[in-house]
Amino acid sequence: MKAFAAHQGQLAPLDRVNVDTDQIIPKQYLKSIKRTGFGDYLFDGWRFLDEGDIGMTPNERRLNHEFVLNQSQYQGASVLLARDNFGCGSSREHAVWALLEFGFEAVIASSFADIFYSNCFKNGLLPIVLKEKEIEFLFDQAGDNVEAQIDLETQSVVCGEKTFGFEIDPILKAKLLFGMDDIDMTLAEQSLIVEFEQQHRSTQPWLFDRRST
Amino acid sequence: MPKTLYDKIWDAHLVGQRKDGNSLLYIDLQLLHEVTSPQAFEGLSLANRPLWRVDAHLATPDHNVPTTGREAGLSGITDLVALEQVVTLDKNCTAFGVEQFDILDERQGIVHVVGPEQGATLPGMTIVCGDSHTSTHGAFASLAQGIGTSDVEHVMASQCLVQNKTKNYAVTVDGSLAAGVSAKDLVLYIIGQLGTAGATGHTIEYRGEAIRALSMEARMTLCNMSIEAGARAGLVAVDQTTLDYVHGRPFAPKGALWDSAAEYWRTLVSDEDAHFDAEIKINASNLEPQVSWGTSPEMVAGVSANVPNPEDMTDSVQQEAAGYALTYMALEAGTPIVDIKVDRVFIGSCTNARIEDLRAAAIVLKGRSVASSVKEAIIVPGSGLVKKQAESEGLAQIFVDAGFQWRAAGCSMCLAMNPDKVGPGEHCASTSNRNFEGRQGYASRTHLVSPQMAAAAAVAGHFMDVRELLT
Repeated sequence: MKAFAAHQGQLAPLDRVNVDTDQIIPKQYLKSIKRTGFGDYLFDGWRFLDEGDIGMTPNERRLNHEFVLNQSQYQGASVLLARDNFGCGSSREHAVWALLEFGFEAVIASSFADIFYSNCFKNGLLPIVLKEKEIEFLFDQAGDNVEAQIDLETQSVVCGEKTFGFEIDPILKAKLLFGMDDIDMTLAEQSLIVEFEQQHRSTQPWLFDRRST
Repeated sequence: MPKTLYDKIWDAHLVGQRKDGNSLLYIDLQLLHEVTSPQAFEGLSLANRPLWRVDAHLATPDHNVPTTGREAGLSGITDLVALEQVVTLDKNCTAFGVEQFDILDERQGIVHVVGPEQGATLPGMTIVCGDSHTSTHGAFASLAQGIGTSDVEHVMASQCLVQNKTKNYAVTVDGSLAAGVSAKDLVLYIIGQLGTAGATGHTIEYRGEAIRALSMEARMTLCNMSIEAGARAGLVAVDQTTLDYVHGRPFAPKGALWDSAAEYWRTLVSDEDAHFDAEIKINASNLEPQVSWGTSPEMVAGVSANVPNPEDMTDSVQQEAAGYALTYMALEAGTPIVDIKVDRVFIGSCTNARIEDLRAAAIVLKGRSVASSVKEAIIVPGSGLVKKQAESEGLAQIFVDAGFQWRAAGCSMCLAMNPDKVGPGEHCASTSNRNFEGRQGYASRTHLVSPQMAAAAAVAGHFMDVRELLT
């Protein structure tokens, strides 16, 4: 997995609450059997004025010039700023893949939905939770085409003269810093799993060797 | 120390604390479908890892299968990209030895309908699926969670999930639901009260006399939408209703094994003095049928209410969100809910496509017809077996006589990945679980309701209190 240590990049303010993963990447693109190819369709229903489908390229679409990510001052933005409950709804990891492929390295919001938050750490996207007041400050600043400087090691976001600290689970932090693979880490404890499984089989044998017939 | 039901299931599956401090949770069942599994199978193959436990996996295609022309099997899928995904599931299941109910199998259907129907879902289990509505299975006192594709692969490779424990949330519902008011109305009301992030970081346990009175299928409807309140999972404790439902199903234990299982399952209730981190109490007796008016499941109102005015809301962020929603939905503040016209009606989805949902809709539709102003009304059963049952009970005939289209099983218009879509700008009375922008089709406008409310809207051409048709 891609590691994340520090990043400096422009803020793009997406001023909405409850941004759901259906908005981040709509259903028609989920028919792909790959992990790539979703960036062109990020926020599809908001970025474009026409209905898109898998295989279409952005230059054959009608852009919604009012949408923040289409405005000239936010081209190349790599830090998404959002509000409460970002990533709610469907568990589709495609939402994280699309954000990364579009060019976002981090998302800053006042809160995230559980599954989306967890999915971020499997792919090297940093979700940062800041307080409402701090989010408000960043939304005010973001209008001025400013950058945020993110340091995961010190758990800080610097924007202009302000520095905001953020909380993060130390294990999740280590995973991002070193780009560690979850499965490798778990299989390193293989003997523990085998031991548990044997005991589980003896206490709840009806959970094993199951087929419909 | 007294334990909640969640604590008990957690403790019974805790492999241990890993060296890094995280918890490893053992997973008893992983359900697979065509959309979120291909990348996981691919990852497993690329890393040359075997499936840890083949018998802990069960697959069926549901998200993008068409609901017409199904006797043609795979060749009935005209969308070639969707076809590749369904074929990929076939290939992966064959290669890895996973049991699958394929497109031609009468047991095929929505994973969250199929699992319980087959007895694959059992009390006390940990269940995952790459689908957020996995919370459905919590009705059986099983800890069931939706996960992303990386975690699907993780469970395939290790039978475990790396997790931290959630907090416990008690949703206590006393009183009893009136006729014409269903578990769907109850859960929509609960989400309206909690908000879509109200239970984030929590597992909800639904408790109280109104919950005890619910059938298993109604409990599934309730738990299904726990994710819409932000919860990681929803649970209902085991009682006789649970055991009666599970007994005799194909994957359920039999004979002496059943007896010991049932004895254990009866312990799957929260201890009397168990601690909950949060609680909300609701009286079901006062509840009326609910209709969502916005683009988030928390934007819901009783059928006798009006579309709210954003200006009346105290929170500026909420006000703005409601404003966006009304613009998208093309609704004016103050409009009576019953004045909202519907262009399409969809009865189906993992929330409301079980036999009891269809029976409830049939009570309303018997001897009545879909209003001429409604462009299309479809009923999509949750599985091939539900379809067969509904046909043998004569329900399908009632639907067809009323002017509904009777389809084959799948997720269908709930997320519109298959050809079943709501057109741009159209309003749909839908028994599904999400009213997000574009969810049911490009620029579609969804109103979440119960099966009986959807049936009533089909008959009237606009929303109405179904209880007026039931007297």
